[in-house]
Amino acid sequence: MNLTLRIWRQSGPQDKGRMVKYQVDDVSPDMSFLEMLDVLNERLILAGEEPVAFDHDCREGICGMCGLMINGEAHGPQRGTTACQLHMRQFKDGDTIDIEPWRARAFPVIKDLVVNRNAFDKIIAAGGYVTAPTGSAPEAHSVPVAKADADSAFESAACIGCGACVAACPNGSGMLFTAAKVTQLSLLPQGQPERYTRVIGMVDAHDEAGFGGCTNAGECTAVCPKGIPLTTIGRLNRDYLAATTRHADTPGA
Amino acid sequence: MAVTGVLLVLFLIAHMLGNLKIFSGATSFDHYAHWLRELGVPLLPSAGFLWLQRVGLLTAVILHIWAATVLALRARAARPVRYAHRKKVRGSYAARTMRWGGVIILLFVVYHILDLTTGTLNPVGDPSRPFANVVADFAPERWYVTLFYTVAVVALGFHLRHGVFSALRSLGQQTPRGEQRVRVVALVFAVVLCAGYLVVPFAVLTGLVS
Repeated sequence: MNLTLRIWRQSGPQDKGRMVKYQVDDVSPDMSFLEMLDVLNERLILAGEEPVAFDHDCREGICGMCGLMINGEAHGPQRGTTACQLHMRQFKDGDTIDIEPWRARAFPVIKDLVVNRNAFDKIIAAGGYVTAPTGSAPEAHSVPVAKADADSAFESAACIGCGACVAACPNGSGMLFTAAKVTQLSLLPQGQPERYTRVIGMVDAHDEAGFGGCTNAGECTAVCPKGIPLTTIGRLNRDYLAATTRHADTPGA
Repeated sequence: MAVTGVLLVLFLIAHMLGNLKIFSGATSFDHYAHWLRELGVPLLPSAGFLWLQRVGLLTAVILHIWAATVLALRARAARPVRYAHRKKVRGSYAARTMRWGGVIILLFVVYHILDLTTGTLNPVGDPSRPFANVVADFAPERWYVTLFYTVAVVALGFHLRHGVFSALRSLGQQTPRGEQRVRVVALVFAVVLCAGYLVVPFAVLTGLVS
């Protein structure tokens, strides 16, 4: 396959940045999208040019490091798939592919396609944990959890924090990520002590980081590589309402 | 957004039911309009209920627009550098057009009040004869009025389709099965409301009501 790539190049946070055109020839349809970029980078290095910087780590679709806007779609055209698990067979010979970084004020570009997702860490630090000393894994039957709750919590816990939800959201909102991190704990017994302070703290941290507000447009769910459902945001809303009304006297809430 | 939206939806239902009284004849329709003015008398002064309702609705509309503006400004600030290549929003057409749809509905409401409340833009414009006002408004030679009403009501339908779903989600709707149900309810509600509002101008246009 021969492809034309238009890639966002930006030498540093202060640089204005621009789309630059590259030609990549002899691409195998069995390559992953990132392998295709590796091929391009090897040629750039041989030609004495600066390689394209992009984030990646496990390349197995579970670490959440990679994240590219491919032809205007977060993680590319295949649903439920991270960019590293996307294969070139999804494209046709002669295609032009636009590659851009996530665009959000809370995710400033560090270089080329690499963005700083520190804002997500701040949201986690504001309550995405349990304070109970858990020690080693306890006997699973000692604390009963309803199957439906366990399933929903697990569904949320599948979030890898890649940021595709923010990248795709027309409002630049990080609510699907925040909701996943809130509900993976609020549905389980271990998460109950901080249930209502957690939701207030994490939503506040989300807003302070400069993310937009949620309007339930549903773009986030469509691009989420882990298929976190939009109902997760409903669970967050339910907890938030309870925290601000019934639990108004909760310390820290 | 959700709370003010729900208040406005309740008004829309009552308004539609009131409109449908046009099918029970001029006397009945005019009597209903008169009854609205006298509702609550002698506890309230004449037209007191209407003024309470107007103040309530105006507050809801202002808060609704204020919340929408805050959300729109936050969205703009949250993405200072735009995408060079952006796929169309995958979500529904309704979700995509909430903001501009809202503006169309606002302009329509202003026109609608000048038309059928104050009578300024109405060919009859007699507040004591609402039936005559409505019939004159949607006469076949004033087809452009009917057209504008249709556009606005369809815009309202789209606004409600996403609005009802989104409001219930904001108020804590959280199960997958509930989401399916809410989407169906929102769609059916939007269609029923559209039909309920459009049947009046089209009945006048076709001479069913005269």
